Amino acid sequence: MSTGRREVVVTGVGAVTPLGAGARTLHERWSSGASGIAGGEAPCADFDPLDWLTRKEVRRADRFSQLALAAAAEAVADAGWDDEPPYPRERIGCIIGTGIGGLNTLESNHEELLERGPTAVSPLAVPLMMGNAGAGTLAMRHGLLGPCFGVVSACAAGANAIGAAARMIAVGDADAVLTGGSEAALTPLARASFTALDAISKTGESRPFDARRDGFIMGEGAGALVLEDAAHARARGAQILASVRGYGATCDAHHLTAPDPDGAGAARAIRAALADAAIAPSDLVYVNAHGTSTPLNDRSETLALKAALGEAAYAVPVSSTKSAIGHLLGAAGAVEAIATVLALRDRVVPPTLGWEKPDEGLDLDYVPGAARPLEIGEGERILGLSNSFGFGGHNAALVLEAA
Amino acid sequence: MSTTVTPERVEQVVYGALESFGADPSEFSRTVTFEELDVDSLDLAELSQIAEEEFGVPLKGADVKGIRTVGDAIDLIVIRAQ
Repeated sequence: MSTGRREVVVTGVGAVTPLGAGARTLHERWSSGASGIAGGEAPCADFDPLDWLTRKEVRRADRFSQLALAAAAEAVADAGWDDEPPYPRERIGCIIGTGIGGLNTLESNHEELLERGPTAVSPLAVPLMMGNAGAGTLAMRHGLLGPCFGVVSACAAGANAIGAAARMIAVGDADAVLTGGSEAALTPLARASFTALDAISKTGESRPFDARRDGFIMGEGAGALVLEDAAHARARGAQILASVRGYGATCDAHHLTAPDPDGAGAARAIRAALADAAIAPSDLVYVNAHGTSTPLNDRSETLALKAALGEAAYAVPVSSTKSAIGHLLGAAGAVEAIATVLALRDRVVPPTLGWEKPDEGLDLDYVPGAARPLEIGEGERILGLSNSFGFGGHNAALVLEAA
Repeated sequence: MSTTVTPERVEQVVYGALESFGADPSEFSRTVTFEELDVDSLDLAELSQIAEEEFGVPLKGADVKGIRTVGDAIDLIVIRAQ
């Protein structure tokens, strides 16, 4: 981030996604063209919380917190932290985004309430369903005593969480933050509501930016990142995967669900992130799009990229992780930031799976077919942009640079 | 709701509840404390709910405060049920 503020680095990543457990699993399987979508949804089908948590921890966590705990365990281990974190616990924060929180808990307890009455509602209902349960549970698990809260901005939550965490370190409120996003909303209520909104694909295909796209695929999962002050991380000899160079956040203030058709709010977020990173649009070597596969998002996002990047929009490869794992809602921004970090680090541009048919006006390089190597010139910086937008008009953009 | 509330039956229900909370059954006895079993206030709130459902005995905040061991809980439920 710009002068006068501390540099923020990513020292560990972890993820549980429809492609399996593990951040590298996500990156490698997506890059190889694998898809985690089956039967019109993208569950974390192989996820067994008991592989990661004690029976007591499982009982004390909604599925969205369980996914977050598993992703965070990987991220913290990846950062080389053990039971004793490398900094005073008071200097470590925890910020976790979610779209909805513990929806499974809410629905099952509401069913008990209607069927068996108020005395059948579990005392655990509120503490498990609350949107900040992920943040609180993770902080407790890892003994983090610094600033801790949840971020709730629908499908931008994971990115807003990372942005807030990076700012917290940059201004000195914390030396490290465990951050990310989590969602487990494959429930009857969420499914019915998104269907009623006509937001879900009827064909069961996630085809971002393709002319035949007809809605998103609901997914679930979690992504976690360990962010640290760069000087602290270097002093302890930490692995440094990337730097968080820029963050921009805006609101459309236009409509509760539809994006601004011109993508003006999204464009302002992207410009703000570039300005924060003090880079030019042509410095970007990769864009990880929000790319939901809905008719409206993919059009307005394309317009936003053209408005914010100018001619550079046509030169930079743009791909969508949602083509492989569907839409992870409040976890999407975090999981996709991780996918961006690993793509930049491995010098690989993962593809937009399923893209075949161009749509009028959607004329960027969406990386169809297969992954391709990221050609980096001598002395060229490896800078990527990750976009996230949410119901409510929330726009968040992150600029990440491979170490 | 059970018609006869025997100490044996209450013990069985309490042990079953504790096991479902994630406590280790090999440590179960009348004298072991909830603290030793890592059973906290949220677990006790659930135990109260189970006692009410099984035996019709509501255990409220003040009741639960005096409870330290598993035996304390079993005795309290048995007394209240009479």
